[in-house]
Amino acid sequence: MKTYPISLTVNGQKVEANVEARLLLVHFLREVLNLTGTHIGCDTTSCGACTVHLNGKAVKSCTVLAVQADGGMITTVEGLAQNGQLHPIQEGFHEMHGLQCGFCTPGMMMQAVAFLEENPDPTEDEIRMGISGNLCRCTGYTNIVKSIQYAAEKMRAERGQSEPGMEEMVR
Amino acid sequence: MIPPPFEYVAPKSVPEAVRLLSEDSEAKILAGGQSLLPMLKLRLVSPSLLIDINRIEGLDYIREENGWLKIGALAREASLERSDLVRSRYPLLADTCRSVADPQVRNLATLGGNLSHADPANDHPAAMLAYGAQVVITGPEGSRMIPVEQFFTGPFESALQHGELLTEICIPVPQMGSAGAYQKFERRVGDFATAAVAVQLRMDPDGTCAEAAIGLTNVGLTPIKAKAAGDVLVGRRPDDEVIRQAAQLAAEAAEPMDDQRGTEEYKRSLVKTLTVRALRTALARAGGGVQ
Repeated sequence: MKTYPISLTVNGQKVEANVEARLLLVHFLREVLNLTGTHIGCDTTSCGACTVHLNGKAVKSCTVLAVQADGGMITTVEGLAQNGQLHPIQEGFHEMHGLQCGFCTPGMMMQAVAFLEENPDPTEDEIRMGISGNLCRCTGYTNIVKSIQYAAEKMRAERGQSEPGMEEMVR
Repeated sequence: MIPPPFEYVAPKSVPEAVRLLSEDSEAKILAGGQSLLPMLKLRLVSPSLLIDINRIEGLDYIREENGWLKIGALAREASLERSDLVRSRYPLLADTCRSVADPQVRNLATLGGNLSHADPANDHPAAMLAYGAQVVITGPEGSRMIPVEQFFTGPFESALQHGELLTEICIPVPQMGSAGAYQKFERRVGDFATAAVAVQLRMDPDGTCAEAAIGLTNVGLTPIKAKAAGDVLVGRRPDDEVIRQAAQLAAEAAEPMDDQRGTEEYKRSLVKTLTVRALRTALARAGGGVQ
């Protein structure tokens, strides 16, 4: 069995490993690094439960090879909180009841963070299109959208860009 | 699902990729991987070697040059979708990029891969037919440029020969009065099209249509150029009756089959409706100063 050396940064930590070329990034994260916050849902590039950030972009880690991440930077859901402080998106899901069973939540949050980086002040429609690659089988989308709106406002405030009237969006 | 075993190499240049590709008839190119990885996991393909072209620098360009919009093989759907140049001057391409799968897939997926995969359900082939685009194919003997109309030879089959790689897509820079639109009908967001229609046209200042081309997605074994439907518009004012005629001809050009997305009759009817919508959108854009 031929293996390939890879070296990457996962949640700020340098990681080195020898992997088979066919090893999927999601299996590398879960089974080699034991980072089981990233979930495997459909395993067919549909549900988005396995979403992680690869070099700052949200990708479905069931559809990327670990060797493709060589030299890259990965952030998983475990890397969202900093110094014991929840990320605004985690706080949003907590405050706005953004999860029911919780299975889709890690992927949903990783996609939401990437989306808000690009669009810090989205409309509800834009949020819904932004998470169109993530499925919630509890169909809890209403509160997921509210959670993302909560995070958007908090992140804007943290950046000192809070606009008047925005607090009305989150009730 | 675990892919079958294969070897892996990440060349740093196009000539190196072409050499590796021509040395191994069972090798496959890995670009965005958003079609290839699912096929590997389902074991629909089992290549001996994956040649990952993502480490080749300078292949992700999107720029106008010598009358063409030139798009490198590694330009991602997301980059095209966000490009000001594409959004302002290539509305058909912008529409099409937004129709592909979902945001995460578009972060990796490439236009070059979408064409090379030659899936008749993919969105870009119809748009490229409507644009009259050309593709640059690079092989051991150098590069050749062919019209996209000659590229799709069958379902999942293209004009790419052993050892060849699609390296660039060239879309003619639109003249004054040009616009386009892509109208896709899908069961749910991110799905393959039940049917979709791509329109690119150019209006003369006197209100007659100077050029028009129409491409159809997922209603045949290959993407279809509905030539008669485009031709009927040329030299005429596109009023409701002319649009209806074009839509009827587009529906007749479709060769759909019954499947889980609908019956043959239903899909033909969809093509007709989507052609009307795409033409109306393109006409509004052409009139609205969008080139």
